[in-house]
Amino acid sequence: MAASPEKPLRLVGDDAGATAAIAPAPDEELTLDELLRVDAWGRSEAVRALARTLYEPVYRHWLRAEWEGLEHVPLEGGALLIANHGGAIPSDAPVVMHGIETELLRPVYGLAENLFRQLPVLGTLWSRAGGVPAHPDNAYRLLHDDGQLVLVFPEGTKATGKLVRDRYQLRRFGRGGFVEIAMRAGVPIVPMAIVGNEEAMPILWKSARIAKLLGLPYFPITANQFVYGPVLGYVLPLPAKFRIRVLPPITFDVEPGLPRYNRGMVMEQAERIRSLVQTEVDDLLRDRRSVWRG
Amino acid sequence: MRILVTGLGTFWGSRIAQALEQQPEVDLVVGVDTREPRLPLTRTEFVKADASYAILRRMVRATQVDTVLHTHLEADSTRVSGRRLHEVNVIGTMNLLAAAAAEGSSVRKIVLKTSTLVYGSNFDDPYFFRETARRTHPATTPVERSLVEVDALVRDFVDDHPEIAVTSMRFANVLGDDVTTVFSRMLRMPIVPEVLGYDPRLQFVHEDDVTRALAHATAHEVPGTFNVAGPGIITWGEACRAVARRRLALPPVFTGAARVPLRLARVIDIPPEVLSLLRYGRGVDTTAFVDAGFEYRYTTPATVEAFAQARRLERVVGTPPAYEYERDVEAFFRNSRAVVHPEG
Repeated sequence: MAASPEKPLRLVGDDAGATAAIAPAPDEELTLDELLRVDAWGRSEAVRALARTLYEPVYRHWLRAEWEGLEHVPLEGGALLIANHGGAIPSDAPVVMHGIETELLRPVYGLAENLFRQLPVLGTLWSRAGGVPAHPDNAYRLLHDDGQLVLVFPEGTKATGKLVRDRYQLRRFGRGGFVEIAMRAGVPIVPMAIVGNEEAMPILWKSARIAKLLGLPYFPITANQFVYGPVLGYVLPLPAKFRIRVLPPITFDVEPGLPRYNRGMVMEQAERIRSLVQTEVDDLLRDRRSVWRG
Repeated sequence: MRILVTGLGTFWGSRIAQALEQQPEVDLVVGVDTREPRLPLTRTEFVKADASYAILRRMVRATQVDTVLHTHLEADSTRVSGRRLHEVNVIGTMNLLAAAAAEGSSVRKIVLKTSTLVYGSNFDDPYFFRETARRTHPATTPVERSLVEVDALVRDFVDDHPEIAVTSMRFANVLGDDVTTVFSRMLRMPIVPEVLGYDPRLQFVHEDDVTRALAHATAHEVPGTFNVAGPGIITWGEACRAVARRRLALPPVFTGAARVPLRLARVIDIPPEVLSLLRYGRGVDTTAFVDAGFEYRYTTPATVEAFAQARRLERVVGTPPAYEYERDVEAFFRNSRAVVHPEG
């Protein structure tokens, strides 16, 4: 009648759980079904591969991303990658995801505001490309159960909604939720300092009234719009030179798996990491001779 | 073991009664429902009752059951209207819990079959709800509201009656050879509905695993709340490709209005809670029940594949006729001296 229940099961959680390296393109032909297959998080390796192919020229020749300290990103096991955030529609997330996936052949899941998820097509694409709604349960499961790399920008939209005059002044690192998740999951935090993201799409002016009307966290007028026009000015980044400095992983000397951690300790650690990243960002800016040439 | 099954006339009530009859350690199975059993049963006693189960108290005392299996929670709002949903789910459970805790009751265990609908389906949900997770938005549809209310009733009951072990099981959407659900109806359509631009992550549980899970909770001491869903996830697009059906895209805005002509033309009735599933999907964590000793036979993708295989067979050989309960026939087989019962 139906599929024989006795036949061995392929438990899907298993193949999604392993810290799968990104397989180089296999030689044999994939069927349509295999190609469209998504993992437990809605991420599709086929969509990622396509995105990497399309983004490679932007990454390599337009933003010319350069890494230091990439060896600090662990090659296996869960780790929480955090960085400073900037630009109206930030380029830092795709640059970091692209860089780590192509250099280290490890998938990166980007936790983000779930604004996108409500939009048809875009929301689905965002999810296929490795975007996951920023819910603490999602972060914990990705880090602890699945042992994956998770990218988070603790400042959130407070950072991307900054005016150009406030660039590279790091905002509060939320309520320290990222520290608590890393403690609970028992994984290291790998901080990164990024420059170039702010100038790739600077905000010249923003309207709180229109933002409220549209239900958006901010409504910006970007410098890009004066170059590319009103619509493409929200899509195409300016050719700012990207530099990413990966700092040594930070581990916490606490027992993992607790439901709650000392608030004071969590906030203290969050602030410590914020000022660490701020120091490194300042250092990168000191060395930068030109926004465009680096 | 003496067991009372509510909702004997539902697919699940009949199924689980049939499974319990096979077990030698079960001395007695009594079933109540407003409708007649849907499967042939050999030693289950059947009592007709009204929907809110007002006679339960008397029955519990009279039959001295130690276990109550509450399968009569309705999660399919296309079958029962809003007001009756409340009557069946909330008032029914209320009467059941009252009867179980009444003076002179011998009930020591209650197993409830509820649904993962209690978590809802929203854009900012976690991807895998754990049993302790709360909804991100309040329930808006009648069926979700009633099941959330049942949840609260059960929570209070557990606090008030520590001597009675309560196992509350939240089942994901069910697919199988025989059961009819909103999802099985959609996947049988020549053109399967979807919401344009969305391809949600979903979970399914196989009908055999549903019966096995209920039997597991009945046979073992596993108090608490458990999600039951085939491990893993599948997207709606993958499920549609598995049954090889084309898709009809509903508009992403005014989706609720688009379902009205479909319902009026009797094409399909997609209730609002399923429409939001077609948009944002839902996943639940399945480890707790596995830790409680349950072994799934079907993952979520295997459930969909088994369903697709059953459909292919059905298209060739057709569906077998459904069982119809006939009181005189049942009475004959049960009571007549002409029937020879094998020893054992």
